Amino acid sequence: MHLQLTQEQDLIISMVRKFVSQEILPLELTLDADADELPEEDKLRLVAKIKEMGLYGLDIPVEFGGPELDMVTRTLIAIEMSKHRAGLYSPCYGVFGGAGLAQLFEANEDQKERYLFPTLRGEKKGFFGLTEPSGGSDPARAIQTRAVRDGDDWVIDGSKIFISGADKADFGLLFARTSPEKGRGGVTCFIVDTDTPGFHVRRVVHTLRSAKYATELQFENMRVPNANILGAANKGFAIASDRLNRQRIPYSAGCIGVAIKAHEMAVEYSKIRETFGAPLSSRQAIQWMLVDNEIDIKQSSWITLEAADRVDQGMPFRKEAAMAKLVATEAASRVVDRSLQIHGGYGVTKDFPFERWYREMRIRRIGEGPSEVQRHIIAREILGSSLL
Amino acid sequence: MSLRLSKQWVPLNPQSAGQLKGELGVFQLGNENKEVIYIGSAGSRSQFGLRGEITKHLKDAAFFRIEVTSAYSTRFQELLMLHHADFGCYPTLNSESDTAKLGKLSPMGK
Repeated sequence: MHLQLTQEQDLIISMVRKFVSQEILPLELTLDADADELPEEDKLRLVAKIKEMGLYGLDIPVEFGGPELDMVTRTLIAIEMSKHRAGLYSPCYGVFGGAGLAQLFEANEDQKERYLFPTLRGEKKGFFGLTEPSGGSDPARAIQTRAVRDGDDWVIDGSKIFISGADKADFGLLFARTSPEKGRGGVTCFIVDTDTPGFHVRRVVHTLRSAKYATELQFENMRVPNANILGAANKGFAIASDRLNRQRIPYSAGCIGVAIKAHEMAVEYSKIRETFGAPLSSRQAIQWMLVDNEIDIKQSSWITLEAADRVDQGMPFRKEAAMAKLVATEAASRVVDRSLQIHGGYGVTKDFPFERWYREMRIRRIGEGPSEVQRHIIAREILGSSLL
Repeated sequence: MSLRLSKQWVPLNPQSAGQLKGELGVFQLGNENKEVIYIGSAGSRSQFGLRGEITKHLKDAAFFRIEVTSAYSTRFQELLMLHHADFGCYPTLNSESDTAKLGKLSPMGK
């Protein structure tokens, strides 16, 4: 793997770093400690700046108007974008734009007209509905929501949980079992309009993220036209699986960005905070914490960038993406914990970002597949699924 | 935690508000008929937490009730969405900026 940054990558990274320090950090000081949105006028102003920089819609393919970025550059940007208080779940408060739902790039032309293009224009919002009360780590087997064919429609009954944004969405991608006997080969992805009779957002699910909630959904006799199947019937699991694999790389990068910021703050604080007549940085206990931070950040960065590089080289990356997700989330959790410890009492106050990172980082070891599932994926890649 | 805020109403006056602790959380203000007229929250930038926020409304309402929670932001949004689901409108004293970005719930029961 070649890790020397190109001149273009260097330029982009410096640009994003400057944007975060000059635009995001000062603005963040004026917001609630748990905020994950900017006031509308600030958001519009910053989105315009990002568009001028040519970096709006980072995950949108170039043929749909996104910037042409390789995965290594995308990963480096994700690290820079997350170096602030809200950076883990709301990097730069969303001013770089999103891709909407990446699966829609594979939609047919009619579906693109109805869902993808309005989403890219900011006219529609979508949600991703996979996890169910019966489990999220093994969606192929846990999915109990059923879709039964009835003429030109499918009738869907069931529920979903931990779904972000469904209460504000115009449509969603919903995974349902269409052939119960086929296991992972019996799951279909439907595009569902949220105003369809039988679609209910039953409740808000509060989590460690104090500004962002998930929702619980219920579907009762909900009729969805056959034309709203994304891809083909019984091929939905591949759509979900591809998204989960690819998403693990920027997900890991976000953790690394926060870890770097936490570490930088801990280094600075250790130099100015004195105990018993000497700065904290002169204490071996503190030095070792900082050394361990440095090693955790370096290891997780290398593993994540290697996974990104394999994507760019067109090589298989499932194992490396799982390793990145496993290592980055666990390493960043340790870095945030040590950096908080170095800050003492201040570390647990809302005056500093550590308590928020500490809470939110805990979710990262579960979201997008918990650490144990990542180990399972890696073991399967090493041993072959038949030997497990 | 029950879905809706169903604690006892407390008469709103300087003494009752002053006895509140400076915790994070959410609150509802009620009129003389104990109908909800405002839903608010005390977040990390609220001086003296719930006590500070409720004291600002001494002239606006006859009663209040609180829920202490560190999930003050999501709970605030949830209570507003529940109010809309139950009554078809938001509380009269809440501003448009409170409600502009809210989603829509269809909870079971009332």
